[in-house]
Amino acid sequence: MKLILIFISASLINNFVLTYFLGICPFLGVSNKTENALNMGLATTFVMTLTAAVTWPIYTYILVKFNVPFLEYVAFIIAIAALVQLVEMYIRKSSPAIYRAMGIYLPLITTNCAVLGLALFMVLRDYNYIESIIFGFGTGAGFTLAMLMMSGIREELEFADVPPMFQGVSITLIIAGMMALAFMGFAGLIRG
Amino acid sequence: MADKQNLWHEFKKGLWQDIPPFRLVLGTCPTLAVTNSVINGVAMGLATLFVLLTSNITVSLLRKIVPGQVRIAAYVVIIALYVTVADMFLAAMFPPISKALGPYVPLIVVNCIILGRAEAFAQKNPLMPSIMDALGMGIGFTMSLAVMGVIRELFGFGSIMDIKLLGDWFEPWIVMILPGGAFIVFGFLVALVNYLSRKKAETICH
Repeated sequence: MKLILIFISASLINNFVLTYFLGICPFLGVSNKTENALNMGLATTFVMTLTAAVTWPIYTYILVKFNVPFLEYVAFIIAIAALVQLVEMYIRKSSPAIYRAMGIYLPLITTNCAVLGLALFMVLRDYNYIESIIFGFGTGAGFTLAMLMMSGIREELEFADVPPMFQGVSITLIIAGMMALAFMGFAGLIRG
Repeated sequence: MADKQNLWHEFKKGLWQDIPPFRLVLGTCPTLAVTNSVINGVAMGLATLFVLLTSNITVSLLRKIVPGQVRIAAYVVIIALYVTVADMFLAAMFPPISKALGPYVPLIVVNCIILGRAEAFAQKNPLMPSIMDALGMGIGFTMSLAVMGVIRELFGFGSIMDIKLLGDWFEPWIVMILPGGAFIVFGFLVALVNYLSRKKAETICH
């Protein structure tokens, strides 16, 4: 039951993009076409789940054990960068089709603050191993959802008559604000 | 003399022409996340300024030593190091601010401004221009966060720097301190900067 709550909370109620403002760069940059948004979302979900699976043992069994938790930022960012690199190499060898779809997005994920944010929140909230993985997956799912919705709206927006000074980033941000307000409706899903 | 003008230019461009969150749309996470009050915004801006300055200095000094293939990884480690310093300093000297900023201080590591300046500027330029570039960008960033903070705190709480400005008649706009308000204020500010700079460009052209 707790796992389901973590999943719903991470994907809908505390959506990383719309309530913690993490992962805004890809959210603004890659959300102009639904196809790109979906691929980016899937690649990010994959990396996030793996990140949770890798950084949890690093934190618990290395950093805490040797009493150096202040190294967590350096350790996490190196772990994430290495992980992304490995995933990229593996996908390139194993399935060129997926690589063509996801390949260009993978390096961008290293600097996606949502991935590092995930590892930091995981430590902050004292999740155990299984909970961390579910949290990673839920966060990725929420990110994908936000990306997909945004890309859908932006595809329609191309036909709208936006005043010149609001064009581009500005109108996208205002739409994101309205989406964030709409997502607050999910807050009633879980009590306490 | 020309040198001095050049340095001034590197400094000045971060203040308006390339002001980080509004023109380059970099570093948006902290811009949105911590600007629900002026103090938080300014503290975040100064922490970023510190990391930007120190990492630009380090990257600029090491620019001939770090091999090209591993430069991004090297920069990230340098930045993470200084962020750890900034985080511990805040936690030791200003515990309430450190608590309010929460995980957004460590997230300076992946703030695209810092990596962006290291990659686009400090690795190609000597020490002095890199310092000026970092100062300009950092101050521009701090100012932007302060502006966001002023707008959101004024309308969200009716106060600025915890000093009540608007009287009891004022009904706080809760939306301003919610995530949605952050996006909307940011969106309007980007539009405003677009409008102003377009106007400026026109007057220069004519």
